[in-house]
Amino acid sequence: MSEPVSALGGASFTGFANVREIGPLGMVTLRAKDVAGLADAVKAVTGTALPATRRIEVAGDCACAWMSPDEYLLVVPYAQAGAAIATLNAALKGQHFLAADVSDARAVFRVEGDKAAQALAKLSPVDFAALQPGELRRTRAAQVAAAFWQQGNGYTVVCFRSVGKYVFDLLSSSAMPGSELA
Amino acid sequence: MSTRLAKGGRLIDRSASQEFTFNGKRLKGYKGDTLAAALLANDQMLVGRSFKYHRPRGIVAAGPEEPNALVNLGRGGRFEPNQRTTTTELFDGLEATSQNHWPSLEYDVGVVNNYVARFLPAGFYYKTFIHPRPFWKHVFEPVIRQSAGLGKAPKDRDADRYEQAYAFCDLLVVGGGVAGLHAALVAGRSGARVIVLEQTAIWGGRAPVDAEVIDGKPAGDWVEAAVAELAAMPNVTLKIRTMGAGVYDHGYVLADEKVADHTPGDGRPKHRLWRIRAGKILTATGAIERPLSFAGNDIPGVMLAASVRDYVVNYAVSPGDRTVVVTNNDDAYRTAIALVEAGLSVPAIIDARANVTGELPAKARALGIRIEAGRGVAKVLGGKRVTGVSICLQAGEGAVVDEIACDAIAMSGGWSPVVHLYSHCGGKLVWDTVSAHFRPDAAKPPINHDGGAMVYAAGIANGAMTTAAALADADTQARAALQALGIAAKSGNVPQADIVTEAAMEAVWIMPQGAGPALKAKMWLDYQNDVKVSDVQLAAREGYESVEHTKRYTTLGMATDQGKLSNINGLAVLAQALNEDIPQVGTTTFRPPYTPVTLGALAGEARGDIFQPLRRTPIHGWHEQHAAYFEPVGLWRRPYTFPRSGETHAQAVHREVLNTRTNVGMLDASTLGKIIVKGPDAGRFLDMLYTGVMSTLPVGKCRYGLMCNEQGFLSDDGVVARIDEDTWLCHTTSGGADRIHAWMEDWLQCEWWDWKVYTANVTEQYAQVAIVGPKARQLLEKLGGMDVSREALPFMQWADGTLGGFPVRVYRISFSGELSYEIAVPASHGLAFWEACQKAGADLGVMPYGTEALHIMRAEKGFIMIGDETDGTVIPQDLNLDWAISKKKEDFLGKRGQQRNHLASPDRWKLVGFEALDGSVIPDGAYVVDAGLNANGQRNVQGRITSTYFSPTLKKGIAMGLLKHGPKRMGEVVEFGTVKNGVKGTLKARVVDPVFYDKDGEKQNV
Amino acid sequence: MLILECPYCGVKAEETELSPGYEAHLKRFGPGSTDEEFESYMFARKNPKGVHFERWRHAYGCGKWFLAARCTATLEVFGTYPAQSSEPPADLVAKIKAKRPDWKGYK
Ligand SMILES: [Zn+2]
Repeated sequence: MSEPVSALGGASFTGFANVREIGPLGMVTLRAKDVAGLADAVKAVTGTALPATRRIEVAGDCACAWMSPDEYLLVVPYAQAGAAIATLNAALKGQHFLAADVSDARAVFRVEGDKAAQALAKLSPVDFAALQPGELRRTRAAQVAAAFWQQGNGYTVVCFRSVGKYVFDLLSSSAMPGSELA
Repeated sequence: MSTRLAKGGRLIDRSASQEFTFNGKRLKGYKGDTLAAALLANDQMLVGRSFKYHRPRGIVAAGPEEPNALVNLGRGGRFEPNQRTTTTELFDGLEATSQNHWPSLEYDVGVVNNYVARFLPAGFYYKTFIHPRPFWKHVFEPVIRQSAGLGKAPKDRDADRYEQAYAFCDLLVVGGGVAGLHAALVAGRSGARVIVLEQTAIWGGRAPVDAEVIDGKPAGDWVEAAVAELAAMPNVTLKIRTMGAGVYDHGYVLADEKVADHTPGDGRPKHRLWRIRAGKILTATGAIERPLSFAGNDIPGVMLAASVRDYVVNYAVSPGDRTVVVTNNDDAYRTAIALVEAGLSVPAIIDARANVTGELPAKARALGIRIEAGRGVAKVLGGKRVTGVSICLQAGEGAVVDEIACDAIAMSGGWSPVVHLYSHCGGKLVWDTVSAHFRPDAAKPPINHDGGAMVYAAGIANGAMTTAAALADADTQARAALQALGIAAKSGNVPQADIVTEAAMEAVWIMPQGAGPALKAKMWLDYQNDVKVSDVQLAAREGYESVEHTKRYTTLGMATDQGKLSNINGLAVLAQALNEDIPQVGTTTFRPPYTPVTLGALAGEARGDIFQPLRRTPIHGWHEQHAAYFEPVGLWRRPYTFPRSGETHAQAVHREVLNTRTNVGMLDASTLGKIIVKGPDAGRFLDMLYTGVMSTLPVGKCRYGLMCNEQGFLSDDGVVARIDEDTWLCHTTSGGADRIHAWMEDWLQCEWWDWKVYTANVTEQYAQVAIVGPKARQLLEKLGGMDVSREALPFMQWADGTLGGFPVRVYRISFSGELSYEIAVPASHGLAFWEACQKAGADLGVMPYGTEALHIMRAEKGFIMIGDETDGTVIPQDLNLDWAISKKKEDFLGKRGQQRNHLASPDRWKLVGFEALDGSVIPDGAYVVDAGLNANGQRNVQGRITSTYFSPTLKKGIAMGLLKHGPKRMGEVVEFGTVKNGVKGTLKARVVDPVFYDKDGEKQNV
Repeated sequence: MLILECPYCGVKAEETELSPGYEAHLKRFGPGSTDEEFESYMFARKNPKGVHFERWRHAYGCGKWFLAARCTATLEVFGTYPAQSSEPPADLVAKIKAKRPDWKGYK
C-alpha cells in the first residue's frame, strides 16, 4: 500500500507566525455518554483521562478532546487508528456507542510563535485572552468549521480535509509579515 | 488668501517637508498636516464642486463632518474617490485631484445647472424619474447623469490588502478626547479590559486646541500623561486612526482602522476592520459645530469657527487674512481671539444675540475686536472666494446696515453632540432647549442582551458642554458602566478643568430672522447635496411633513454627510415651516457607518483564492493536471469533463459516455455524502427518515432510499448499506451531506431524544472511485486482492477487502446502468488508488469521466437527479417512485404532508420521457403548452422539462419531464413552447418511457 | 449580532457560530392528524413582538440544538436551555414573568 498523504503534503508558511501542516494524525470520533468503562477505554487508547467539558487531555503523541456532551475526539499516531477502534469496540461491546475513523477526514495545522494568537484572532470570533490552556475551542475560521487548542509555542488547528487548502491560505494571509495586531 | 503662518502649529513638524500634488500642481506641506491644512497653506481654498449645481466649494471644516473637500486620491490600483481632505494625513508623494467638475475645477460647464436651478428644486429626483417627460429624458437627464455623482468608481483591481480582526473587552471607549481618556483611566485603573478608539492620529480632541487647563496644567500635558498611563496598563488597548463605525446588537461594534492610508504600499494591510464585542460601550464622541444659514454661506472661505481655530492652532494655517466671525454663542470668540493672537485681523464679530456678556467677549473686546451685537449676515459677497460681508439686523428682513471687506468668515451656530453611535441600536434622544441640540436620553438607552443599557454617552457627546463638565460626566458615566459590568470602580478624583464662564447661546435657524425668499434660496443647509432652506420649505409645502420623507425628498443629510453637518438646521427649518417644535418633528434615523467604510475592509480577507472556501477531493490535483473543466457542486469543484486537445466540451462528454458504455470509465465520486448511523434504535430511526424500509435491509446489502421533508417534498436520495446488526451507512447526494447530517441530528436531538442512535458524518474520510462499464470487473481483477465476481459480490451488495493492496469497501451500485463498482478508500490513499486504477485499466481503454457524462448516463437510464427532477415542490409519487415508499409504515417524515389534497390529487404532473419528433434536444425548462390562456393572457401549461440531453448512446435528444397525467399518455404528441433568438415557436415531442436505455436493467446485473 | 450561551458547552457563541431553527416547542403532527393540526405544526407561527421561544443550533461548535427565550423587540435574552425540554424550565418562566408582567406565557 502507498504511504498516506495529508491534504497538503506538509505545506508551510513563514510570517509573523509560522504555519505548517502536520499529519496525517490518527483520529477517532467516539460518540458515547454515560457508558460503563468509558474512561478506562479512552485511557487504554490515548493514555489520558476523559476530558471535562471543552477540555483536551494530552499525553505525548495522544490526546482526547471533549467535542460535545456525547462526543470525543481521540488523537493517536496515524498507524494506530485501526487498533484504537478495535480497542474501543472490545471495551465497550454491547453498549450504545459509535467509534469511527476520521484520520483521513481532517487537515491539521500548527500555528506557532509568540503572536500565533493574532493570526487566529483575524479568523475566529474567539477571545484568545480568555482561552484557557487545555481548552479546545470549536468555532469557525472565516467561512468554515475549525477547532483549535493552545499547545507548546502556538496552536493546533483542525479543519476538514477538503478545505485544508482554504484554511492554510487563510492562516498564511493572516500571518503576513507587517500585519501584526500588536 | 489662506496661507502658512511663520510660527506655531501644534501638530506639524516644520523640519519634515512633504511634497504632494493637487490636480497635477506640485505643492508642499509638513509632516503632521492633513491634506486640507496643506491645501489651505497653499491658498487652495477651492477644492470641488457641489453635487447638483456644481457650485464652487471650499473647505468648511477640519474633521469628518467636512461636506465639500472630497477628492480623488492615488492612481491605478490605489485610486480612491471621495476621500475627505480634512481627515487625510499628508504623506510625501500624495496625489489628489478634485472631483465633480468638467472640464476643470476653475471652469466647470456643470455650473449651467446653477442657471437652471429652478428646474432642480427639492424632489428633483422624484419628479424627474416619476414623470420622464421627453424633454428631460433626451436632453437634460443624460447631461445631469454625466455630471452628477460623487467621484468616479475605481477601475483597477485594488492593489492593497485588507483584513478583519476580532477583539473583546469589558468597556469600549469610542473617542480619545479628554472625556474618553478619563473614562478609560477610570475603567483601566479598576482593572477592566478596555479598548479606546480614536479616529484621528492624535489623542486629546479639542481641549488642547482650545487651550484648556486641566488640573492646573495645559490640556496637552494632561493628555500626554493620561495616554502614557493608559499605554502602560496591560488591560488597556489604545487604537488611533480607528473609527467606531457602527454599534450593533449585544455590544457588537465595527471599527475601521486606517492602518496604512498614510504609508501606501508599505506591505501592511490598508485597513483593518475590527469586530469588537464589548460588555459596555462608552461614546465620548464629542460634538460637531453647526453652520449658520445666511445667504451665500456656501461661498468658499465661509468656514466653521472652531475649524478655523484648528487650522490656526494645529497647523499654523490661516484660512484668511481678514476673518469675520459670525456667531450665536460665546465659543466662537475663541476663534477670534486665536486669530488675533496669531497676528491676523478680525474686522468684526457679528453676534446674533442682542446682549453679549461673558468672559470670552470681554477678552475679545480687550483685544480691540469690534463686536456687532444683535446683527446678522445679510449676504456674503464673492463668487469663488469670499470678498466681504454685508451685515443687517438679525431681527429684521435683511436691510444692509454695513459692509465689511474680508476673505474668510468663521461661523458658529452652536454645537450638536455626536449621537450617531448612541442611536444606531435604538438609543433615544432628548431635545435640550438650552443648547438647542439633541442629546442622548439616558433613560432610553440601546438595550443589551441582559436588558440593561448597552451604550453610555459621556462628556460633550452627552451634552456636557464645557471641559469641566465633560470630565465630570465622563467620570460618572464610566463608573455607571463599570457598576453595570459588576466591576468595582476604584475611587479617584475627577480632573478639574479651569472654568471659563460662557453666556447662553441663542438658537438661530436663519439669518436674518425675517429673510425673504430671495435670501432663503441662497442659504445652504447641506453643501454636499445642495439642499437649501427654500428646498426644505418647499418640501413642507408639498406635504412632506415627516422628517424621514423630507430627508429623502430633498436629499438633506444623505450620502456621506449622514446628518453630521446639516441635520439640526434642516430639522429646525422644517419645524418652523410646519409650525411645530423641533422635538415634535424629531430626527432622522442614524445608521452605520459613522463615516464611510471602504468595501475592501468589509470584504476583509475574502477575495481572490480565499473569496470562498473551495472543497477539494483527494484526487483534485490529478484532475487539475489532466485539464479537467470544473463545475461547482455546492462548494465542491467537480470535473465536468476532461477535454482532450482540440475537443469541445460536448465532444469530450460524448467520448466519455461512449467509452464508459463500451469499455470502462472512472468517476471521482468522493463528494458523495457518507453518514454512519448506529445504535439499537438506528433501524427505527432510518424508517422514519426514509420513505422506504431500511430496518429490514440484510447485513451486506444496499438499498436505494428517498428522504422527504415534513411537507412531503423530496429532499435527498441515496443508497443505504447495512454494515452490521446496529450500523447503517447512508449515502447522500454530493453537497447534501452536511444538510442531511444536520437534519438527522435535528430529529435525534429535538424530537426523539430518547432513541439510542448516534450518527457520524464520515464523508471526507473516504475517497470514492466509481469504476463503471463492461470492463470494470476486469480492471478490478487486474488490481487483485478480492473476489469481485457476480457470485461473490452481486448487484446491490457491498464487501470489505483489498484491491491492489489498498484497504477498500466495494459497493456494487450503479447510477449509469452499467456494471459498476463504487470503491471507498481512505482519503490519504485516494490519489494513489485512483492512479493505480488508471494504470490497471490502461490497456482496457479506461478514461476518467466527469459530471456531465454521469448526468447523461443516468438520464439515459431514467434515473432522477435531486435538483433536476426535484425543486422543492415535487413529491416522490410525482416521479413514479411509489415503489420506494412503504405502504406499511404508519409514519415517516413527509407522510402526513403527502396526504394533503393538493399532493394527493390525481391531476399532478408526473414523470415521463420526451423525444422531440425531429430528434433534437428540447430546451431545458421548456413548458408543455395546453389549450387556452390564463388570467394573464399567457398560454396555459401542463408540464415541463426537468432534464434534457443529447444521448451519444442513442444518437438523439432525450428528455425527462413532468406532465399532467403523464404516465397515462404514452405515445401522445405534445407541444413545447420555445424561444429561439427572441422568436417564439413550438416544438413537437412524443411522450415516452423515461427509461431510454437497457429498459430491463440487464447490464448493471452482469 | 446576537450572542447566545450554548447550554451544553457554555460557549457564549455569536450569531455567526449558530444556525437558527425558528419557533420552539412545536408539537409534531403526523399521519392521522387533522388538517388544522397539521397546519398548526407546519405553518402557523406566533411571530410575537416580545417574548419568543426559538431553536438554535451551535452549528460551528458542539453541534447541539438548544432553545432560547428572547425578546424580539429589544433582543434581550432571558435564557437558553437544552432542546430536550418539552416546556421552558420553571425558573426561566418565573424570570420572564418578573421582567415582563404582561407576558401571556409561551403557549
Ligand atoms: Zn455548544
